[in-house]
Amino acid sequence: MKGMKKVIGRPKYLKEVPNHYCPGCGHSIIHRLLAEVIEELDIRDRAICIPPCGCAVLAYYYIDVDMVEAAHGRGTAVATGMKRCLPDRVVFTYQGDGDLAAIGTAELIHSANRGESITTIFVNNGVYGMTGGQMAPTTMVGQKTTTTPKGRNSVTDGPPLKMCEFLSPLDGTAFLARTSVHSPKHIQKTKKAIRQAFQTQMNDEGFSMVEILSQCPSNWKLSSVDSCRWIEEGMIPQFPLGVVKQRQTEPS
Amino acid sequence: MKKNEKVLLRGSEAIGEAALRAGCRCYFGYPITPQNELPEYMARRMAELPGTVFLQSESELAGINMVYGASATGTRVMTSSSSPGVSLMQEGISYLAACEFPSVIVNIVRGGPGLGNIAPAQSDYFQATRGGGHGDYRCIVLAPAYLQEAVDLTYRAFDLADEYRIPVILIGDGMMGQMMEPVVLPEFRKDLPAKEWAITGAGKGPSRFVRSLLLDVHVEEAHNWKLYRKYQRIERREPQSESYATEDADMVVVAYGTAARIAKGAVRRLRDKGMKVGLFRPITLWPFPSKAVARLAESVGKFLVFEMSMGQMVEDVKLALNGKAEVELYGRPGGVVVTPVELSRILSRRYNAMQHEA
Amino acid sequence: MIHKAIIAGFGGQGILMMGVTLANAAMREDKQVTYLPTYGAEVRGGTANCTVSVGDEEIASPIASNPDYLVVMNAPSLHKFQSILRKGGHCLVNTSLVHEKSIRQDVKVYEIAASEMAEELGDLRAANMIVLGSFLKISSMVKPETVLEIVDETFRRKSPEVMERNKEALWAGYRFFE
Ligand SMILES: Cc1ncc(C[n+]2csc(CCOP(=O)(O)OP(=O)(O)O)c2C)c(N)n1
Ligand code: SF4
Ligand SMILES: [Mg+2]
Repeated sequence: MKGMKKVIGRPKYLKEVPNHYCPGCGHSIIHRLLAEVIEELDIRDRAICIPPCGCAVLAYYYIDVDMVEAAHGRGTAVATGMKRCLPDRVVFTYQGDGDLAAIGTAELIHSANRGESITTIFVNNGVYGMTGGQMAPTTMVGQKTTTTPKGRNSVTDGPPLKMCEFLSPLDGTAFLARTSVHSPKHIQKTKKAIRQAFQTQMNDEGFSMVEILSQCPSNWKLSSVDSCRWIEEGMIPQFPLGVVKQRQTEPS
Repeated sequence: MKKNEKVLLRGSEAIGEAALRAGCRCYFGYPITPQNELPEYMARRMAELPGTVFLQSESELAGINMVYGASATGTRVMTSSSSPGVSLMQEGISYLAACEFPSVIVNIVRGGPGLGNIAPAQSDYFQATRGGGHGDYRCIVLAPAYLQEAVDLTYRAFDLADEYRIPVILIGDGMMGQMMEPVVLPEFRKDLPAKEWAITGAGKGPSRFVRSLLLDVHVEEAHNWKLYRKYQRIERREPQSESYATEDADMVVVAYGTAARIAKGAVRRLRDKGMKVGLFRPITLWPFPSKAVARLAESVGKFLVFEMSMGQMVEDVKLALNGKAEVELYGRPGGVVVTPVELSRILSRRYNAMQHEA
Repeated sequence: MIHKAIIAGFGGQGILMMGVTLANAAMREDKQVTYLPTYGAEVRGGTANCTVSVGDEEIASPIASNPDYLVVMNAPSLHKFQSILRKGGHCLVNTSLVHEKSIRQDVKVYEIAASEMAEELGDLRAANMIVLGSFLKISSMVKPETVLEIVDETFRRKSPEVMERNKEALWAGYRFFE
């Protein structure tokens, strides 16, 4: 219809294949957002994605950019190697909470601290999705998982890690935001944050990361609707949304 | 420096300079003795060379994954470490092998297991030649004994890595890293091979990806077959070894790297005393020069394997000989470096015992 | 023929520098040469030593299990190495810092009070060059002229003054055994 923008439909750089994600999974929303932002910024030719070991390992089947799969947790180290060799490319990792905040913490912190000009899309679903719903570093206190049948115990398991806040004191981090994909409004904010993160990289300002609270209905054992509610009521109080850090660069 | 001029270089510098001349543009690594002089040299030299990247990584684990990233872009890249650090790299090496990313990894081996010590050792032979990490794969393993050879093999390592798209491990030890010998350095490489497989952004073409996750067993099997055929090709084409005084030998000592130098000294002593002893020195540990050893067994009845470990290469010698000759081990683990005099005493005892039996 | 020398003393006495200079000179004369320093944990004890092997055939091991020459710049080095010196070998001792005698009767001992001589020359640090000069005289491993060339190249750019002093020290040590 005249004057109306096409809002639904496949983004240009999302490949026309059915994906393997469970119904209601946040990953598929985030893939779509990435494809849209890549199109809007017109960076498909120079974007390189480093997919993780996690449910999103097959991202290369879906997003139409060059990709190099990394070992579990090593995404930011691989990205460092690539970006240092190809400084004019837009290099981003896509990582889950187990990948990024457990096994890959050291690589993340040091890449961030060096101010690597890369972007990390951090999908926080509070569990190990791919391996069947074990506790993740971001699992909520009291949340039941297959390895915390009585709920996460903050005394024996520690409290959930807040990665944005954790990284924000580091000089190398330029843009850190936490968003969510549990409602249309939040999905739009997530897209904006991803855009800002890529722009931070393209301006060579330092390390950028968007932490996205994301539904995992299968392992949370909730319906899609209840999963969205769990993010709103269960997760956001612990993981407040918003831009956690945006370094003001001097106008040059 | 003039062309073909001899220069006196420390082992670590010789390896570093040869790498740069071979077109190595990236170095990633984490400090560990006894190889710190190598990253230090790279840091110094790369600061002078435009277009190069030197980065001290936060761990060997990160380092090898940076190597993986850099290699994915088609850049010639290396890392170096010593035994405990190379253990930590095994995950990354397995991924490099799986994705067929060329890379050069220097292991200045030290005494182990565990933290061990920093003395020269050869106890990482199994780790290097059997793949080392998980999965069915191999790395080319080069074991220089002389610094000129270290230079030549480092230079060659980058070509081998590119030609076969494989991780290449250069094995040395603290003695080799620290000692000085005159070397002639090769020219800086100019025309490096183009790598159409490199991941550099899709540009206007279709997007590509490199991965090692192959969930379909038949696809994984096919990939393993492909790797296997490549390994067979390497086994046919690339074995290298040196034979010394073996023509008329009754007994041949088998040793590589530093141990081979010691052994050569010992063999000379015995030759001076009229004993018919020779030396066989594998230069490539994988592919192991099996054919060359087996050929020696046509005239040699006894092989004595001298290793600075309790016997790792000896298994390859036995496999190669397949019962055709007697194989004995003289192993010195823990970082002990025996002298040629000591070794010649041991060799002469075994030689005499053999003559006695005969 | 291959000749091996162990040079040993305190860290900071310029022991390794003596070895590298010797090795460089041997290379310049187109001889086969290896240089092997001690390193790592061993260095921490404050001692330093190196082995230089020079010859006209391929040098198998850079280690000297039976050196032809031993240069000792302090007492602990004498204790550590005198027993492995080859029978009939040569032992050069800096008597300014080594007051004991070698227990070996079957080797030739050369004594020089290098530190005192260096002081007379006005630079205590030149003791290593004096001893190196003496070593060149007693060993004929390499020609003194070649060593002078190397010293010239090593120090000219850094400090012509130090270069001159080192050359002077080298000759003083060389002439001492004439
Ligand atoms: C070294 C290693 N250890 C363990 C695994 C198994 N593994 C694969 S993905 C994963 C965790 C995935 O969780 P997360 O990173 O949160 O991603 P999600 O699937 O939830 O998106 C684990 C433990 C592995 N691949 N490699
Ligand atoms: S297991 Fe969870 S994260 Fe993985 S695809 Fe299913 S819903 Fe998504
Ligand atoms: Mg997760």
